[in-house]
Amino acid sequence: MSFDLNFIGILIGAIMASSVPLILAASGELITERSGVLNLGVEGMMIIGAISGFALMVVTDNLFFAVIGSMVSGLILSLIFGLLTQSLLTNHVATGLALTIFGIGMSAMIGKNFVGIPGKEFPLLFLNLKESIPFLGPIFFGHSIILYFAFGLPFLTNYFLKKTKTGLIIRAVGDSPTSASNQGINVTLVRYSCILYGGAMCGLAGAYLSLIYTPQWIENMTGGRGWIALALVVFATWSPIKVLIGALIFGGITILQLHMQAVGLRIPVQLLSALPYIMTIIVLVVISRDSRKIKLNTPTSLGQIFYKEK
Amino acid sequence: MEVQLIKIEKRNDVSRSIYFLTPVLAIFLTLFGGGIIFYILGFNPIEALKFFFITPISDLYGLSELLVKATPLCLIAIGLSFCFKSNNWNIGAEGQLIFGGIVGGGVALLFYNHEGFYVLPIIILSGAIGGMLFAMIPAILKTYFNTNEILVSLMLVYVAKLLLDYLVVGPWSNPEGFNFPETRQFSESARMSILFDGLRIHAGIFITLITVFLSWLILYKTYLGFQIKVSGLSLKTAKYAGYKGKTMIIIVFMISGACAGLAGVGEITGPIGQLHRNISPDYGFTAIIVAFLGRLNPVGIIFASLIVALTYLGAETAQIFLQVPKYTGQVFQGMILFFLLGSDYLLFFKIKFLGLKKNEL
Repeated sequence: MSFDLNFIGILIGAIMASSVPLILAASGELITERSGVLNLGVEGMMIIGAISGFALMVVTDNLFFAVIGSMVSGLILSLIFGLLTQSLLTNHVATGLALTIFGIGMSAMIGKNFVGIPGKEFPLLFLNLKESIPFLGPIFFGHSIILYFAFGLPFLTNYFLKKTKTGLIIRAVGDSPTSASNQGINVTLVRYSCILYGGAMCGLAGAYLSLIYTPQWIENMTGGRGWIALALVVFATWSPIKVLIGALIFGGITILQLHMQAVGLRIPVQLLSALPYIMTIIVLVVISRDSRKIKLNTPTSLGQIFYKEK
Repeated sequence: MEVQLIKIEKRNDVSRSIYFLTPVLAIFLTLFGGGIIFYILGFNPIEALKFFFITPISDLYGLSELLVKATPLCLIAIGLSFCFKSNNWNIGAEGQLIFGGIVGGGVALLFYNHEGFYVLPIIILSGAIGGMLFAMIPAILKTYFNTNEILVSLMLVYVAKLLLDYLVVGPWSNPEGFNFPETRQFSESARMSILFDGLRIHAGIFITLITVFLSWLILYKTYLGFQIKVSGLSLKTAKYAGYKGKTMIIIVFMISGACAGLAGVGEITGPIGQLHRNISPDYGFTAIIVAFLGRLNPVGIIFASLIVALTYLGAETAQIFLQVPKYTGQVFQGMILFFLLGSDYLLFFKIKFLGLKKNEL
């Protein structure tokens, strides 16, 4: 019995690990969207983060540089998005799509020389505790520092948005840029900052994939996680804590699907792989059905262009 | 004291000539940006750009390949223009293309032993219906459940891809195919006829051209087209005028899905001739860029599809001659859209260069 319990612990640990990139990217995007900006380039920023992190790890042999570098590269890509949408007032949806297409292409171009190189072992914390405590050990210990950061992030984000002045300013900008601007807030600056923060988090999410989760570079390795992260923000009705819950559910489906395949259930592999996407649609339908609830929580100016006559 | 050298003013009206010239500007900026990227990667930029944009179309075979690639791109983009004009963000055309291919391919396999003139039209029609039905999912969810169509249409792309994978590996795989993930080759009467011996250009191009013409008719000569444009410009006006918003959303998605489905069925009955895992090199996504580059205008889209098709060919040539991955095409496609959107700024704002006056210094 105790063996089974330990196995469940390991399973939960695996679910947590697979939800990390979703938590990071969705938390970043949540801040961006709270300021009224819809950046559909999450997938592109994640994949650029993944390749930059991996490439820097190979070149510098230093994991710290790799992680920081991945965040910087996500940030640079989001800066392009910021320049276009905030300074040149382009459409958010189209610009975000361009960012994703560009990011996927660019990552393959950079990654050409890094295919097939084995990754480096990323240090895991509290490994001895993981072994010695049954059930709880594999859940709470033996993870990378990024995982602990990711699980703290939604709570920090929640506190930041609700209790700090800066958080309040971001929400004000997202809900009514005109009144915020009339209060003397620099809307463009706030939005730029939120876009850049979102980009850095997406870059980090990508680095988690290529440095820790599957430590190698594979073309297109994000495999739609960026889009699921975007769906998660809607799923969570822009609440950071619900992002965490949603990410765990999706991580759960991913791991469950892998295990069902391993056990050899007579269900087509493809159906199981499609589950996260089908679930996303079902969840979106359930959440969005109540249009009042969605309206209440959606940043009012989401995706709208703000232009201040000078 | 601050001296202003540049003054930015809002334009009162959008100049039509600039409206159609900015795409050209965007293409030149993309070439320039591409040159810089090639230079950073250690190639001679002029040589690399030549391999990318001139070598592929310097012979008859290349020109035919250009049309082969432009055929589906143009078709999908025309369909998308209906959605985008009315502010419906269907970005899952890739899924609709694949589902159209699945339905059309299924019918083609069903008619495996039949010969006759009626086979191909039935396959094409079923492909269009397949794409249309698949596009109706996000449309119906949007109209009746208020669901975000961007996310739903996109999630369905992955579902369609996995369904295709399941079918070609499992139930539909070729019984004599040594377990390769592909179906049987379709019969001769299920294939688009080739227009010229030795080239791959096929009759699908006529489907595209007819669709372009019909779209022009619908968009510019019918009441429906007018409604679509008004809803795109101002939803409030459309509501005030009493247009049936929900019906219109479903109609534009149906048109766009049918076009994507046609593109899918055109690919499998044209150049491919069977179903396998990769029936589309992301045509559905790239067509979004084509639609914008063509200014959502049927004629513009024809030109845009040729230019974007060239990035596909260029990436293939560059892969052979420069050993860069075929994804390089996407870098160019992304850049075109960046520059196009960015240069739209010129549409709405005037930039005035003010000279320095002596008393200001």
